[in-house]
Amino acid sequence: MEWLYIHMPISGVDVFWPGMVILGLGCGIMGGFYGMGAAWMITPGLNILGFPMAFAIGTDIAHIAGKSIVSTIRHGKFGNVDYPLGLAMLGGTIIGIEIGAQMIMWFERIGKIDLYVRLLYLVFLAFITYMIVADAIKIKQKKKLAAEKGVELDKLEGGVTWYKTMHKLPIPPKFHFKQAGIHVSFWLPFIVGFITGWAAGILGIGGGLIRMPSLIYFVGCPTHVAVGTDLFEVMLSGLYGTFTYTWKGRTEIVGALIMLCGAAFGAQFGAVATKYYKGGAIRLLFGAAVFCCTLSVAEKLIARVYDIVWMDHASTVTILGGVSILMFIIVYQAIKGMIKEVRMKNAGLPK
Amino acid sequence: MRKLWIGLLIIVAALSVLPEVAMAAGGKAAPLVVVAHTTKLTGLLAWWANMYNDNMFMFTILSGIFIPLAGAFLGLIGDFLMGLTGIDLTKRELVEH
Repeated sequence: MEWLYIHMPISGVDVFWPGMVILGLGCGIMGGFYGMGAAWMITPGLNILGFPMAFAIGTDIAHIAGKSIVSTIRHGKFGNVDYPLGLAMLGGTIIGIEIGAQMIMWFERIGKIDLYVRLLYLVFLAFITYMIVADAIKIKQKKKLAAEKGVELDKLEGGVTWYKTMHKLPIPPKFHFKQAGIHVSFWLPFIVGFITGWAAGILGIGGGLIRMPSLIYFVGCPTHVAVGTDLFEVMLSGLYGTFTYTWKGRTEIVGALIMLCGAAFGAQFGAVATKYYKGGAIRLLFGAAVFCCTLSVAEKLIARVYDIVWMDHASTVTILGGVSILMFIIVYQAIKGMIKEVRMKNAGLPK
Repeated sequence: MRKLWIGLLIIVAALSVLPEVAMAAGGKAAPLVVVAHTTKLTGLLAWWANMYNDNMFMFTILSGIFIPLAGAFLGLIGDFLMGLTGIDLTKRELVEH
């Protein structure tokens, strides 16, 4: 069975390559569907497959850059990418990431960086989960109210609408972002980009996990456009990350290319899958993924603080098990939708 | 909304203060240097690992070129395969609920 293992030329480890392709495929689907790089799933996965942690991060970022090109192009063809909005956020994101990364360097001096980062990560994840749950409850209430009045709720109406307050930001210049369908101050996406970038820099993640819901709840993008625009940003930051991590000597490009073989197809499928889901359903599935992540991080934190080995394993099982179940749901529903569409097309029926 | 802003301000303020406390904790660790072992490698892998050891600049540039090229190439193949399924790959409907 030696042929199932490939030698990584830089890190010097032998890795089970089908595992890398499958990991890439799975995370490609999740990334293309949720609009993020999904580094929080891949890095531990690569580590389990045998990559040293430093190389797991660099390799992960390099493959994310490649696969997000695929999903950005696909989402772009659907009209899900607001490029000017993405660029407006980008400036803030870069400054935010740099400040966050500098703060992490300061944190390192305490020696308990892991604990603080995980705690902060938990706060963010809990906040995102809260937003999604609150959103689902509010939209249900709005629907009920509309039904009582005998009117139909606008199909783009969201549950949590904090963005309506944000849109009142009076600082010029104001821009109209066509794909997102919003007319806002340039500074709104810039500030949101800065805060999410800062959080990403502090947490050492790509930021899609935070940026995607922020685009919905703070900027006011429809969910599909938030997914596509976020992937555009993930692509740009991934390319930057590839250069910077490779320059530091921590990227195993051979590994990234192997993963990309699965990830490129997964990303394509994940992006197409969004077509068969309503925005609310994407948000709910995103919430479930975030919840799994929260639980996993909490378990890891408890395991580290109280030195409980089985809890550490439970954390891995939680994240991989949860992600697998969600991936199955996404793939199942997408295939069902695709079959239905093809059947209707063949029968000459309108979609 | 006001509570949200206050909460965010508290988090940012707390994080701004923490690094100052951390500064007193100690010096910076020396960066870890990785050298690729090329003795057992042959062909392309040996060339690649040697470049990592000898010319990091070229290694970085080529890595930065290979990845997007591979992504675009595999994306095109995926696009073609997805097109074979017969589904409409140009439109989608925006519905939030």
